[in-house]
This record gives sequence, structure tokens and C-alpha cells, in this order.
Amino acid sequence: MTTMASPLRAARDTSVIVRRNLLRNVRLPQLLVFATVQPVMFLLLFNYVFGGAIGRAIPPAAGGEYINWLIPGLLIQVAAFGAGQTALGLTEDLSKGVIDRFRSLPMARSAVLAGRTFADVIRNGAVITLMLVVGFLIGFRWQTNILGMVGGLAVAMAFSFSMSWVMALIGLTVKNPEAVQSAVFIPVFPLVFASSVFVPTETMPSWLRAFADNQPVTAMTNAIRGLVLGEGALPVGHTVAGDVLTALAWAAGILVVFVPLAVRAYRRIT
Amino acid sequence: MSERPIVVAEGITKRFGDIVALDDVDLCIEPGMIYGLLGPNGAGKTTLIRVLTTLLRPEAGRAEVAGVDVLTDPQEARRHLGLAGQFAAVDDYLTGRENVEMVGRLYGLDAREAKRRTAEILERIGLADAADRTVRTYSGGMQRRLDLAASMVGEPQVLFLDEPTTGIDPKSRIDIWLLIQDLIARGTTILLTTQYLDEADRLADRLAVIDHGKVISEGTADELKDRLGGAVIEVSVGDDVRPQVLEALRSVCGEEPKIDPVNGSVTVAAPDGPRSLTRVVLALDEAGIVPDDIGLRKPTLDDVFLALTGHVAEEITVATEMSPGNRKRRGFAFGRSER
Repeated sequence: MTTMASPLRAARDTSVIVRRNLLRNVRLPQLLVFATVQPVMFLLLFNYVFGGAIGRAIPPAAGGEYINWLIPGLLIQVAAFGAGQTALGLTEDLSKGVIDRFRSLPMARSAVLAGRTFADVIRNGAVITLMLVVGFLIGFRWQTNILGMVGGLAVAMAFSFSMSWVMALIGLTVKNPEAVQSAVFIPVFPLVFASSVFVPTETMPSWLRAFADNQPVTAMTNAIRGLVLGEGALPVGHTVAGDVLTALAWAAGILVVFVPLAVRAYRRIT
Repeated sequence: MSERPIVVAEGITKRFGDIVALDDVDLCIEPGMIYGLLGPNGAGKTTLIRVLTTLLRPEAGRAEVAGVDVLTDPQEARRHLGLAGQFAAVDDYLTGRENVEMVGRLYGLDAREAKRRTAEILERIGLADAADRTVRTYSGGMQRRLDLAASMVGEPQVLFLDEPTTGIDPKSRIDIWLLIQDLIARGTTILLTTQYLDEADRLADRLAVIDHGKVISEGTADELKDRLGGAVIEVSVGDDVRPQVLEALRSVCGEEPKIDPVNGSVTVAAPDGPRSLTRVVLALDEAGIVPDDIGLRKPTLDDVFLALTGHVAEEITVATEMSPGNRKRRGFAFGRSER
């Protein structure tokens, strides 16, 4: 057997695992379809049920359309919910003995988690894009330019990737595939609803607003709004560049904390 | 060099909280043999396999596979070992070929070599026709064979098979036995665990009987049977007279008789063979006891097991009572039933 330089070997093993994880989505397209149905439902319900009422409270930069305000937030919601897939996938592999097989092979130790999180960010990119297409069909238009839209997608992907590592830690800690289905929502629900995803935070009570204004989902959503709607969509005193930097700092901070924790949990599997 | 053992364990001890899963276990396996670890569910067989395959660190002891210390150099040890666990660790949505190729790549083979070996192995294990179907269309037995194929693709010197035939139908079981014998013919060393005494008897060159984390006996199947003496007497009686029968067997044979918890029959080693039997029959007749059945027979591994542990291999009763179709594997605890 040939010996390869270790970073090269790690990259190659990771790509083998990425391919394996993505093939599952290709062979079972229902997975992607149903993963898209839920966010599209959110999109339609919020836009048509609450849109009329909330529309009056949103900044004019949204062009008078709630859908324009909603889409940047939903991209982040999908990124957060989609990352739960990482926890589910890992617990399934654990319970089926696949992780044992990987751990008994002379492969790069980092490849299992890296392969899982990279595959999931690609998958979530597909779901986010599908939802964006539906958004377009029902009237979403960016108010800046295509680069702003691309930048917004990049922010959503960065968030999705960082959240995948949070979910990896949850999956490796909870271990049971059924229990993890509920566990992944525990951090995601409060973050998504107590945020600027659906409504501007100005109308929230001050204690809640203090939380909502200083948590990653709001930071990500604001960054995307700045990129696709312009500075007028941001809270007073915010700039697009400033909010994008804050968002990226959150993504980097989450990775700095959760990558080592997830790797440690992986090493401690018995 | 061929004399050097290929798997060595010395003083392996592993605890899970208060439970001692492995208690000072020694093991020494010569190259090219099938070594059987025989014991009931929970005896520590799987824990030992997990230690030897680098998945679990023991609190004490050392272990070697193919001359490599598994505790100090696990990554090197992994190059020389293959593991097929209790579950078929294969991906439902990949084809059989993709599953095996993936494992080959992760052993460090380049794409072409992984492909070549995969094709050869799938042919050898009789899955060539099904190679390009997704695994979810495979039967349980096919999945286990595919799992075995994946563990072989790196051409490891030692294969660890954890209950390779648990939960599969009798036909597939024989297929896997033949595969294991084929592997041995090619020089691979195999350590397998089993709860099935007939499987151990048929396959293993040497056996270690393990119970409550300890190796309680070690040797070839014949050696283990010989330790019981050349023959055993088995008596079937009703519950009402069993105490008197036990007493009669004890006094005639000078050994403590064992009661089989499954069928209630009483067995004891017969030190003098047929003469012991004659004396037992006379003693029973004198006491006015008419047994349902009585006979002298060669000991089986069941007798060895019963004599050594004081209980039958628990899961054997489960396995024979349940048809293969509704037999459940331990994975069911995770809410997963077998297809």
C-alpha cells in the first residue's frame, strides 16, 4: 500500500466521504424534495398569511413587498434547519455501525466529519437555491444587483456550514437517531423565531430584543438583507459592510468553538 | 517467522462503570487459523474485538495485530486488519460495488486498484450479478456477505468477524461459512465471535470460551470436549423426581450434574463410560425412578459450555425458538428492524 502525504490523504478521504453522502441524495431524490417542501411551506404561509399585516412594519427598502423582506431571512432559516441533517446523518451512521467501520480503517481521522459537513453544505445549497427559485416565482426581486444576491447566498452557505458543526456535536452526543430529530430543533427554534427573520426586532419587548439583536441568525439575516435590499433595509446605524463582517465573524466564531468540540466527541466514541 | 503469533492480547481489562467487561484477558493466535471466541450475549466478546480493532482503549493490558501494537500505533495496525461488525455496515443507497470500492479507497488504494479488487471479490462471494444494484434491494444474507467483502478489500492479514451469522437464514449462514473457509485457504487469519456452538465446532481451529469478561477455557474443540471426559450421561426426567436423580448421578459419577435450563434434562460427565451408565441405571431402578430417557453420548460444545459456565449460551435458545424471519438483532434497540 502506498503512503501518501497526510494532508493530501485527508483531502482524498474527505472527497470519498462527500461523494458517498451526496449519492444518497441523488439515489433518493425524495430526500431533497421533502427538505424543500418545508421551507417552501414556511415561505408561502408567512408571505400570504402574515405578509399583509407585517408588510406595513417593514422598511421601504424592501420595495413595499414583504416577500423581499422575508426571503433573506428564510435563506438563513433553511440554512439552520438544513444543518440538522448533519446530526441525523451521523447518528444513523453510528447506529448502523458505519462509523465503527470508518474508525477501523487506516483513513484520515478528520475525513468522516469533514466529509459529512461538506456534503451537507452542498445539499443545503441545493435546497436554498430551490427555495429561492420558488421565491422568485411568487414575486421576490433583489433591490441591489446580482452580486449582492450571490454574496447573500454565500453568507447563507457560510452559516449552514458553521451550524453543521454544531449539529455534528449534537449528533455525536445524543447518538440515537430518533432522539436527535427533536434535539436539533432545540437550538434552532429560538434562534430563528427570536430574530429578524420574520419581523424587524424593533417591535419586540426590550429583553427579547436584546437577545434578538445579538445572536447569529439576526446577524446573518441582516447581512443578507443589506446585500440584496441595500442599507435602507438595515436597522438605523448599520452598514452593509459592517453587518457582513459581523455575520462572517459569527460563522468563524461558531467554527472555532464547535469544530474542536465535535472532533473531540468523535474521538471519544466508544 | 510463521511461528510468531499474529494476534496477541495480554492482560486486557476494560470496565464500563462498575461492570467489568473484560477481566485480564490473554489471547494468542497463530497465523492462518480460524480462532473462535465463544460466549453468551454480554460475555465480552464484542468488547474484545473492539479493543483489538482499535475502536476501544482498555484500562490495562497490551495488544498486537500483525506485530503492530494497537494501542501505541493504531493507525498502522488498521492497515493490517479488517472488521465486519454485528451489523452489515453498508450503505442502502449505494450499489454493492460502490460500497466495496469506497472501503478500498479508504484503505488507501488508488481508484483503479480499488475497482479491480472490488470486481474480483464480488465475483468470489457471488454478488457479481447484483453488484450494480443498490443495497436496499439486497436480502439480509446478501448484505452480510457484502459487508464481509468490504472488510476483505484491503487484503488485511487478520479479519475480525463479530457474529458473522447472527440473524441470517440458514442458507446464507452456510454461504458465509464457505466464504470464511475460502479466506483461510488464502492465508488470512480470522478471529470470529459466535454464540452458536455448532458454528464454533465447525469452523474454529481453536476456541476460547469467554464468560463474564474472562477466558474460562481455551483449546481446540476436541480438547475442550475431552476435558469433560470421553462421554456424558444425559437423563430426561420429570420435575418431581429430578432431585433424586441429581443425587444418584452425583454419588455414582462423583461430579456435580448440570441441569439444562431449556429442556430440563440432567447431564453429567461419565468417568467410566458405559460402566458409569450401568451403575446410574441400577441406582435409579433401586430408587424406583423410571426416566423418560437415558443415554450415554459424546460431549458436545453445549456440554462444555454448560459445564464451564453453569448456564447454556442464552441466545441459542432464542435463536432456535425464533424463525429467521422474525429474529431480531440487537440493533432493534435503536428502533431498527431487520429487513
